[in-house]
Amino acid sequence: MSALSRWGHALYQGKISIDFVGRRRLWYTLSALIVLVAIGGLVFKGLNYGIEFTGGVEYRAVMAPHSADEQHVVQVRGAVVGTDVGTATAAPTVSTSGSDSILIQIEPVTNDQANQVSAAIDKVPGVEEVSRQSIGASWGADVARRALMGLIVFSVLVVLFIWAYFREWKMSVAAMVALAHDLVITVGIYALSGFEVSPATVTGVLTILGFSLYDTVVVFDKVRENTKDLARSHRTYAEAANLAVNQTLVRSINTSVVALLPVAALLYVGVVQLGSGALKDLALALFVGLAAGAYSSIFIATPLVAQLKEREPAVISGDARAIKRRQRQEAADPYAYVPASAGADPRRGGPARRVPAEEPAPARDPIPDESPEERAEPTPPRARQTGRRPAPHPVAPSAAAKRPQPSRKSRAKRKGR
Amino acid sequence: MATRPSRPARTLGIFWLVVAALFGVVALGGSWAPQLGLDLQGGTRITLAASTAGGEPVTPQKLDQAASIIDSRVNGSGVTEAEVTTQGSDNIIVEIPGQNRQDLVDTVKQTAQLRFRLVAAEAQGRPQPTPPSPSPTPSGTPSTGPGEKHTAKPAPSPSPRGRALSDGLVAADKPSAKPSRTPTPTATPPASPAPSAAPSAAPVKRGAPVDQPLAWMDNPGTSWLQKFEAYTCPPPGKSNAPVVDNKSQPLITCDDQGIKYLLSAAMIEGTQLTGASAGIPQKQAQWVVTLSFNSTARKTFADVTSAIANQTSQLTGQPKQFAIVLDGKPISAPRVDSPIYNGQAEISGNFTQAEAQSLANSLKYGALPLKFTAPVVTEEGPTLAADQLSAGLRAGAIGLLLVMLYCLFYYRGLGTVVIASLATAALVTYATVLLLGHAVGFTLTLPGIAGLIVAVGITADSFIVYFERIRDEIRDGRSVRLAVEAGWRRARATCLAADTVSLLAAVVLYIFAIGVVKGFAFALGVSTAIDLVVFFFFTKPLVTVLARQPFFYRGHKMSGLSAEHVGVERLAGVGPRTEGRA
Repeated sequence: MSALSRWGHALYQGKISIDFVGRRRLWYTLSALIVLVAIGGLVFKGLNYGIEFTGGVEYRAVMAPHSADEQHVVQVRGAVVGTDVGTATAAPTVSTSGSDSILIQIEPVTNDQANQVSAAIDKVPGVEEVSRQSIGASWGADVARRALMGLIVFSVLVVLFIWAYFREWKMSVAAMVALAHDLVITVGIYALSGFEVSPATVTGVLTILGFSLYDTVVVFDKVRENTKDLARSHRTYAEAANLAVNQTLVRSINTSVVALLPVAALLYVGVVQLGSGALKDLALALFVGLAAGAYSSIFIATPLVAQLKEREPAVISGDARAIKRRQRQEAADPYAYVPASAGADPRRGGPARRVPAEEPAPARDPIPDESPEERAEPTPPRARQTGRRPAPHPVAPSAAAKRPQPSRKSRAKRKGR
Repeated sequence: MATRPSRPARTLGIFWLVVAALFGVVALGGSWAPQLGLDLQGGTRITLAASTAGGEPVTPQKLDQAASIIDSRVNGSGVTEAEVTTQGSDNIIVEIPGQNRQDLVDTVKQTAQLRFRLVAAEAQGRPQPTPPSPSPTPSGTPSTGPGEKHTAKPAPSPSPRGRALSDGLVAADKPSAKPSRTPTPTATPPASPAPSAAPSAAPVKRGAPVDQPLAWMDNPGTSWLQKFEAYTCPPPGKSNAPVVDNKSQPLITCDDQGIKYLLSAAMIEGTQLTGASAGIPQKQAQWVVTLSFNSTARKTFADVTSAIANQTSQLTGQPKQFAIVLDGKPISAPRVDSPIYNGQAEISGNFTQAEAQSLANSLKYGALPLKFTAPVVTEEGPTLAADQLSAGLRAGAIGLLLVMLYCLFYYRGLGTVVIASLATAALVTYATVLLLGHAVGFTLTLPGIAGLIVAVGITADSFIVYFERIRDEIRDGRSVRLAVEAGWRRARATCLAADTVSLLAAVVLYIFAIGVVKGFAFALGVSTAIDLVVFFFFTKPLVTVLARQPFFYRGHKMSGLSAEHVGVERLAGVGPRTEGRA
């Protein structure tokens, strides 16, 4: 576990840097492909709506233990078809659900007819109890309409919230793109896999929008923090944003794992013990969406913000300054950059500014896998060595200094040390 | 920075006092088990969707009124503990725990559009192989079921069971107040035994205008009579084809016994009825149903009763009657013994208690202005419900355990903080669920349990954000004690933002979701709020207190804050101050 910690530390310090922002074209392409496949599935295959949306009656016959088998399914189907309620029961969908229940779905019927079918199922040997849910055809449309409305209202609220929180429409746009990305992928997976879509699924999807946003908020918080003082830290916006993603990577992994664990428990119990139903639908949507959400906040949202921000005049000039300064530094101290530390540390004056299209970095720049202490660490270029004079004024605390700056402390504090 | 050293302990103390108080309130409530939803204890759940006949919006008042009427209807039919709640703008949820009562669906959703009309003609409405018993007994064996099938008119007997009497003493001696519109006041007592055949009196070609019911009932016109002739009632057992019950038009309809009626336009609407009750009047032995009207209807009723009291219809030769029509179906066709001026009427007959109450209920519910359909009927058997409950609890236990193990494994000493916080959150959640159960009738459903489980992740995420922030600060070279404070200030904002989004999602879900999914949204919202409370008033003070223990601030190997674990060479404030690099 401490390996992950050390890795986290290295990521935090920027000793290890995974180039999320620089290789954005790769992520964009990847996501575009996935989204395309998802949309394709949605268009050509369509969603498999549950009876909550289409209307109908679903029976769940609780069987004697371990008797939900093919033989009983056939018997139950026969019993349902044998009832005299017209075309609605002509082609029932009968399937097993878990080891001891059988699901039967028929088209909408009246209450009396539903009672008849219920009684018929109950008479099949091995059936211990019949539960049912009957839903009128128009009700499903209403449920779907409200779900859609909820989605729209939530999206609008989220845009307003993100805008108010970050005071920055570019971040709002990026967060929305990430949200849409998660949504499309989740819906696409449902279309492609043919999982049944129920109101519980819709609930799950709305909930993961919240989760996805959680991740994005955490990362963006750090991005904002890192880019507040670009002039002092001498980084380009993209570098600062990338550092933010790297610094929050361990946190993202941990929060995702911790959020996934209970959902996984729900999914496991829902599938194994109950077979199907609201629990499974909910957990499945959450599971898919959580994964997509963790991915999108790192690989989509942040690069997008960086890309949008890089068009701002202030950021352009700031980036130019940072690059120029670095070139100057390199010129002044040709030894400051030691190729052995190919760990691509932008803060130490390395050639860290990535130009994704032309840089062969991915090939010769694997992520250093082990603890930084073991590597021969090149001495960081210090001000005196590069010929610069120390600052004439008190140094403000900054991450660039790499160590805590002395500051005046109260007597009590000093004693504590 | 925390410059108030006594604060965390005090905050913790106050927090625990509040929690204790919370449990004290719960103890006052008396029950220690949360109320389970139907999917966890078994039962029938009927969702009713309301609409109005004219398409005007469903007002909350009407919905509440309908809900309370349905409540009394359900609980009046022998079901205990049925819950009737409104949901959204036009839904009513009826929950009947523990029993399979699909039979209640019809009872519950019965629209009960009640109207008073005049009877112009009545006749046997089915092709009869054998004529019905001509027995003139007033009892007539009504086949009222245990439910609330409104079968009031028992037989085609010319002596109708229902008679409207003036209530009390008023107007009992005014039998012959005859308005000019009823020309032949032959006060024949009802005696003719045969079921009256189709009206044989020669009708006038064009009847009286339909908007004058009193005139119209004597003179409906040929076209209506022909329609009436042609009309046949559906065979027994099949329900009436839906009759267009337009209040300003005459109505041809059948009752449950297959008697067809030609009825005038409505005179009094069910909404004008102010009360109906069943009871045995003093010094009498029989059940009667008492009606009372509001002031406008009282006047109308007085006019009508005085016009038809003890009158015989020209058209059929039978005593004049009015009919109480529920949803286009006559439930009672009383004859009027004397005019009723005070708006208090009694319907008497050989009612049993059940019949009288059923009729009274039907009359009362007639005040319902809403129409209901039952688009969702859910019935969960007790085995399935028990299975779902155990599944939910198991998922919760597994999820909680996994999260605790992971946090303990990764954060070691700080992991105990996570466990303590989760346990605290669980305690507070438990108390809150119990309290909400008492206060707003919150029931724990399977989606609700799922919401609570999912919230475990959200809650633990807050701690992780905080702990990672602390470690970031330590990496930036702060001592543990400073890092705890500095990290808090940054994590606080992040967690507030993230929890706001979660709350937002929960609220939107709650507003827009229909049915049991609401339980999920509610549980999610409640636990997110609890997460914030625990995070601010328990976790943070606890971490501050712990950061003062040498075990943590010196970075013990198992504390989760050791130099090695955080990934720095040396903790600030412990031993040499610098990181020893270069």
